[in-house]
Amino acid sequence: MIRFVLLRLVQSLVALAILSVVVFILARATGDPLHLIMPMSATEEDYANARRYLGLDRPYLEQYFSFVGKAVRGDFGMSLRARRPVLELIQERLPNSLKLAAFAMGVSLAMAFPLGIMAAVKKGTGVDRAAQVVAVLGQSLPTFWLAIVLVEFVAGRLQWLPAAGNEAGLASYVLPGFTLGWFVVAGMMRLLRSSMLEVLDSDYVKLARVKGVVERRVVWLHALKNALIPVITFAGIYFAILVTTAIVVETVFAWPGLGRLAYEGISSRDFPVIQAVVLTTAAIVALISLCVDCLYAVIDPRIRHARS
Amino acid sequence: MAAEPGGRTVLVLPDVAAPPAAARRGRRWPAFSIGVIAGFVLLAVFAPLLGLPDPQSQSLRNRFKPPVWEESGTWQHPLGTDRLGRDLLSRIVWGARVSLAAGVVTVLVASAFGAIVGLVAGYYRGRVDATLMRVTDATMSFPVILLALILAVTVGPSFANVVFAIAVILWARYARVIRGQVLTLMELDFIAQARIAGAGAWRVITRHLFPNTLNTLVVLVTLQIGYVIIVEASLSFLGAGIPPPTPAWGSMIAEGREFVTSAWWASFFPGLAILLVVLAFNLLGDWLRDTLDPKLRQL
Amino acid sequence: MPLSTERPVVAVRDLRTHIVTRWGTIRAVDGVSFEVGEGETLGLVGESGSGKSMTCLSLIRLVPRPAARIVGGEVRLDGDDLLVLREEEMQQIRGRKVAMILQDPMSSLNPVFSIGMQVREAAAMYHHLRGRPLLERAASLLAAVRIPSPEARLRAFPHQLSGGMRQRVVGAMAIAAPPRLLIADEPTTSLDLTIQAQYLGLLKDLQRAHRLAMIFVTHNLGIVARMCDRVAVMYAGRIVEMGPVRRIFREPAHPYTRALLASIPRLGARHDRLTAIEGQPPDLANLAAGCAFAPRCPDAMDRCRVEAPPDHAVGERHVTRCWLSAP
Repeated sequence: MIRFVLLRLVQSLVALAILSVVVFILARATGDPLHLIMPMSATEEDYANARRYLGLDRPYLEQYFSFVGKAVRGDFGMSLRARRPVLELIQERLPNSLKLAAFAMGVSLAMAFPLGIMAAVKKGTGVDRAAQVVAVLGQSLPTFWLAIVLVEFVAGRLQWLPAAGNEAGLASYVLPGFTLGWFVVAGMMRLLRSSMLEVLDSDYVKLARVKGVVERRVVWLHALKNALIPVITFAGIYFAILVTTAIVVETVFAWPGLGRLAYEGISSRDFPVIQAVVLTTAAIVALISLCVDCLYAVIDPRIRHARS
Repeated sequence: MAAEPGGRTVLVLPDVAAPPAAARRGRRWPAFSIGVIAGFVLLAVFAPLLGLPDPQSQSLRNRFKPPVWEESGTWQHPLGTDRLGRDLLSRIVWGARVSLAAGVVTVLVASAFGAIVGLVAGYYRGRVDATLMRVTDATMSFPVILLALILAVTVGPSFANVVFAIAVILWARYARVIRGQVLTLMELDFIAQARIAGAGAWRVITRHLFPNTLNTLVVLVTLQIGYVIIVEASLSFLGAGIPPPTPAWGSMIAEGREFVTSAWWASFFPGLAILLVVLAFNLLGDWLRDTLDPKLRQL
Repeated sequence: MPLSTERPVVAVRDLRTHIVTRWGTIRAVDGVSFEVGEGETLGLVGESGSGKSMTCLSLIRLVPRPAARIVGGEVRLDGDDLLVLREEEMQQIRGRKVAMILQDPMSSLNPVFSIGMQVREAAAMYHHLRGRPLLERAASLLAAVRIPSPEARLRAFPHQLSGGMRQRVVGAMAIAAPPRLLIADEPTTSLDLTIQAQYLGLLKDLQRAHRLAMIFVTHNLGIVARMCDRVAVMYAGRIVEMGPVRRIFREPAHPYTRALLASIPRLGARHDRLTAIEGQPPDLANLAAGCAFAPRCPDAMDRCRVEAPPDHAVGERHVTRCWLSAP
């Protein structure tokens, strides 16, 4: 088991290393940031000075290594635009994104689980059809459209919930969280349903029934534990998607999170910010991946005992 | 399933339960999906010939005319106009060209590339497979929207950039799924027989493996078109997609955003269009999957 | 095995199970009747699709719903009709009074739970045991099916065991109660030949020890000869011949039975070609009137195609459904 975790850890680090190179190149590709920072009246010499000050005149290889070296220690440099350490910016914004993602995930799972299981158990009935309609709509609805409509009606006309920001405590999580998690509900519900259907059809479930196990226990213990296996992978993927693509939702709801930071950074060609955001995102995804794999091994003994 | 050495393609039919468990619902043709998709495709293709008002012509006098069934609506602008007085119906029809084109082209490019990677990885296995899968996994975890934003800022927003940004990450999904299928197919006897008969890698892959993955590909492609359309719309919404003045559903929603209370139609109808098209593709994909290969239920 | 003169353990009368498919309604079990006494083994033989497995599932009312339904008949276990029980009552019967061993050991056990958990679950349900006594009972069940180091095995997971071992674990769960009737649905089909013999021997011993009535489903006539006291031959959802094993093997009355026996190649005898049964298996959704076997029967008469034959006795406890045997 320990070997398993260590192996995965190493794989994640390798992936991150590759990603850091890609990120470095991409950030530089966004163009020269100085044009956006320097005042109109700046001269050639001013540009040269600024370049030297910001370290942008050193060879690329040197820049890369200094970037990696510092990044490992948590020092992502200074935001070119905000003149503050990027680490600070991230420390401010990241928790907000994580909290929103966690809220969205939690609500989505709480809705998707019972729906998915019921839909499988009561296959073909009204409950099943309704659940399938919900699922397909969830995957077909453009979230930002839903977001706008919700902001307008629930926040604007009805004034039930705040429209923007995260100032109002739990209430502010509701709209953005719901918007963000909507498609997760759809996807998870379908997946759980099809996974349960497959498991409920299996020989070992048949044998459990033959043994005389009560149906409730057959569904919630014998079947569910097996059905969860593919669901967990997707839960991990979805959570990663939530964190990384919250840009749209964060923009609409003016949520001070990582997504907006990325947006601002890209618009102002703020290399350090862009690099840091992408790396942080990747690290989060890798970490989630690792947790998912470990969870996998906990649930499915076949994976624990396999020699990879 | 008959094995035919000598190069004839063998099709492996999906397991047909004998007899099938229950009379399945929805065995009929997906009329709604086909109708909607066909409708939008026709509109998109024949847009210039439909005699619609110019989607780009502005008229400040006609700003925010409501749809025809409301008080001050007219038949000249059945769905109303936007904040620059441009006809909404016309813009939606022209926007369909963009969305459908983006969806289809992106998915075709991504699936072609991804299928090749998947076939190669599954066939050769070993080191080749391991390396390709590392790359695939790393690619899959990269956020599409972030990449598209960066491209939009660097090179400038354009149709090609949108397609590229999405395709360059989407292919990984296809690679994974096709590789999984190939691994299963390789276990079957007819592949071994083909190789014993002297078929080389190219032949085995193109004549035997690929045709048996077509079912999966078709289903996956259909299901992904909807996803791509939504991503493209999201990008346009953020300003990183198709640049103005080309009408794109996403940017239309963005433009109408501030006026949702007063001029609800400006954001509503483009959103509705997206919903209908994506829904149609998703339903079609589901039906295809149920018909062609139920084992893909988990997608 | 001499049959006791008491009431049989299980008595099935005119059991009918239908399956609704998009090609029509299939009469999977079409009027099946038989009895099995204590300590007796009835073999159920037939091709795929003859209704053997569906009959067994119907006995414990686990037919795959919603397409399949038991539409008529009686299944009396020690006198009580199981078909009229409520589902909760039926759950009390399953495992405790009637147990079943499935065909494929590789998929019968739940992969994410240990052997111990699955065996303990059975013992806990049937005997209301907990803690230490439960563990001991589980270990003794494993020992009863001749699994070495039973206590250690309790902690193992299914994928760590071979097919033969897994099938023994399934057997352990089956005799946990112990039940009155044990249904074995082709339990050795997926096992190696050497393991097969061991397993069959184990089943016989268990039967003797617990005086089980046993129904043994198989398509292998050799196993029938070894394991069964009586045999019922099924075709297209009906029992076409039933009787003591010796009699059936020596004097088969039904053309189908004769064809089955003839198609077994015998060592030493000279054959130029192997005998096969002519024709195709029946289309169960569109059965013609009359005897189901008529299209393939070498001795079919006109009457066979028009009227389905009822049971005719052709010897002591030997019945067949064939106009050829009609008086």
